[in-house]
Amino acid sequence: MNRWAALYRAFLRTALLEQIQYRASGAIWMIGSVLEPVVFLVVWSTVAKAQGGSVGGYGAHEFAAYYVVLLIVNHLTFSWTMHDFQFRIQFGSLSFDLLRPVHPIHGDIAANLAYKVVMLVVMLPALVILTIAFEPHFTPVAWSLAAFAPALFLAFLLRFLFEWTLALAAFWTTRVTAINQIYFSLLMFLAGRVAPIALLPLWLRNVAHDLPFYYMVGFPVELALGKVPPTDALVGFTTQLLWLTVVGAIIVIVWRRAAYRFAAVGS
Amino acid sequence: MNALRLIGVFLRIGFLGETAYRANFWIQSFESALNLSMALAAIAVVFSQTDDLGGWRPVELTTLIGVYFIVLGAINVVTAPSLQKFLEDIVTGNLDYTLTKPADAQLLVSFAEVRVWRLADVFLGTGVLAVSLTLNAERVGVVEALQFAAAMLCSGAIVYSFWMMLATLAFWFIRIENVLQIFWAMYTAGRWPIGIYPQWLRWALTLVVPVAFAVTVPAQAVSGRLSGAMLAGAFALALGLLAFSRWFWLQGLRHYSGASA
Repeated sequence: MNRWAALYRAFLRTALLEQIQYRASGAIWMIGSVLEPVVFLVVWSTVAKAQGGSVGGYGAHEFAAYYVVLLIVNHLTFSWTMHDFQFRIQFGSLSFDLLRPVHPIHGDIAANLAYKVVMLVVMLPALVILTIAFEPHFTPVAWSLAAFAPALFLAFLLRFLFEWTLALAAFWTTRVTAINQIYFSLLMFLAGRVAPIALLPLWLRNVAHDLPFYYMVGFPVELALGKVPPTDALVGFTTQLLWLTVVGAIIVIVWRRAAYRFAAVGS
Repeated sequence: MNALRLIGVFLRIGFLGETAYRANFWIQSFESALNLSMALAAIAVVFSQTDDLGGWRPVELTTLIGVYFIVLGAINVVTAPSLQKFLEDIVTGNLDYTLTKPADAQLLVSFAEVRVWRLADVFLGTGVLAVSLTLNAERVGVVEALQFAAAMLCSGAIVYSFWMMLATLAFWFIRIENVLQIFWAMYTAGRWPIGIYPQWLRWALTLVVPVAFAVTVPAQAVSGRLSGAMLAGAFALALGLLAFSRWFWLQGLRHYSGASA
C-alpha cells in the first residue's frame, strides 16, 4: 500500500509540473471540449422553444442543466491515450515505460488526473459563464445526487480502461485514427452527447442501454439531474460493473500479448 | 500566369507524392464518409423532434453541411498542410531555402504541401450539396447560384487570409500550432446556422474566427436568404483580409533574419 502511495505521489508530481509547463496548450484544447456541449445546448434549446417550450421532457433551462453537467462529466471522464499511443510505439518512448517496474497504465492515470486538476482554472470560469448565460434549472433529488458520485467514478474507470484497451490496437495496426473515429462517433450518439438519449429513436435508445458508452457519460449526468428512476439506477450500476469486468479482463489479456509483440527498433 | 503554372506544378508533385500511399485513400474516404454520416445523423435526430431549426428547414441544413465539408476539405488539402510545413520550416531553418528561390515566398509557402486524399471531404460535401439543391430546386435560380459562387470565393479568400495571418505570427512567436487549434475547435460550430447562437458566440464566430463567412453565408446564398448588403460585406472583408494578410506577411518577412543569423 505504502509503495503505491509513494509511486502515485511521484507520478502525480511530475505530471502536474508537466501540465503546468504546457498550460497554454492545455487551455486551448479545453476550448473544444467546452464549445461542443454549448453548441448542442443551443441547438436543443432552439428546438425546445420552437416546440412550445419542451421536447422529451426537457425545456430550454433543463437542457442547460443537462449540458452543463455533461460538460463536467465529459471533462472528468475523458482521456487521450488512444490518440498518442501510436506515437509512443512509433518513436520508441514506450521502451522507457516498459523498463519501469510498474504497469505503464499508472503513469497515464496520474497524467490524466493532473491535467484535470490544472484545467480547473479553465473549467470553473467556463461553468460560471455558462450558468450566467444559459440559466440552467436544477431540481436535484437527494438519493440520486448521492448516487452520482460513485456512478461518476465508475464511469471514469470504465471509459479510461475502454480507451486504454482501444489504444492497444496501435500494436497491431498503424491505422488507429480510423478506429478512434468509429469510437468517437459511437460515443457522440450513444453516450448522450449529441442529445440526451431519451430523444433518440427507440431502437437506438435500446442499443445505447446495452452498450457501455451511455454508462461512461450519459448515465451519471442523468443521475445528477434526478432523471433516473431508482430501479433503472440499479440496472445502470450493474451494467457499469459488468462492462468494467469485461473491459478489465480484456485489458489484462491483450496487454500481455501486446507487450510481448512489441519489439523496439534496434533490439 | 507564372504563379498559376507554379501552383499547377505544386499540385502535381503533391498528387504524385500521395499516390505512393494508396491505402491512405481508402482510410481517408472511410473517415470522411463516417464524419459526414455523423453530421447528417445529428441533423436527423434534431429534425425527428422539430421541423424547423431557427428558421432553417432540413434541406437547408443539409446544404449547410455540404458547404461545411467543402470548405473543410479545401483547407485540409492545401492551406493547413502547407502552413503547417511553414511553421516547421521556421523552427528548422528550412525556410531559408524557400526564400532563396526566385518566386514569391508567400506563394511558395502557401502551396508547399498538398494532401490530395483530403479531397474526399470536398467530393462528399459537393455530393450532399448537389442532392440538397435538387430537392430544393424550386427556390434556387440563376441569381442564387451566382450569389453562391461569389460567396464561396469570398469564403475561400477569407479562410486563406485568416490562416495566413495566424501562420505569419510564427515570425514572432513560437507554438502557433496551438493557436491554429482554436480555429478547428470553433470551426465545428459551423455545422449549425450561426443565427441560432447567442449574440456573444455569434460575434466570436464572425470576428474572432470567420466561421460565419466561411460556411453560413454561402449556405444562405443558395437558400435565397442572403441580402445584397451581406454579400457586399463578405466581398469587402475578403478583399480587406487578403490585402492585410499580404501586408502582414511582408512585415514578418522583414523581421525574419534566418535560422542561424
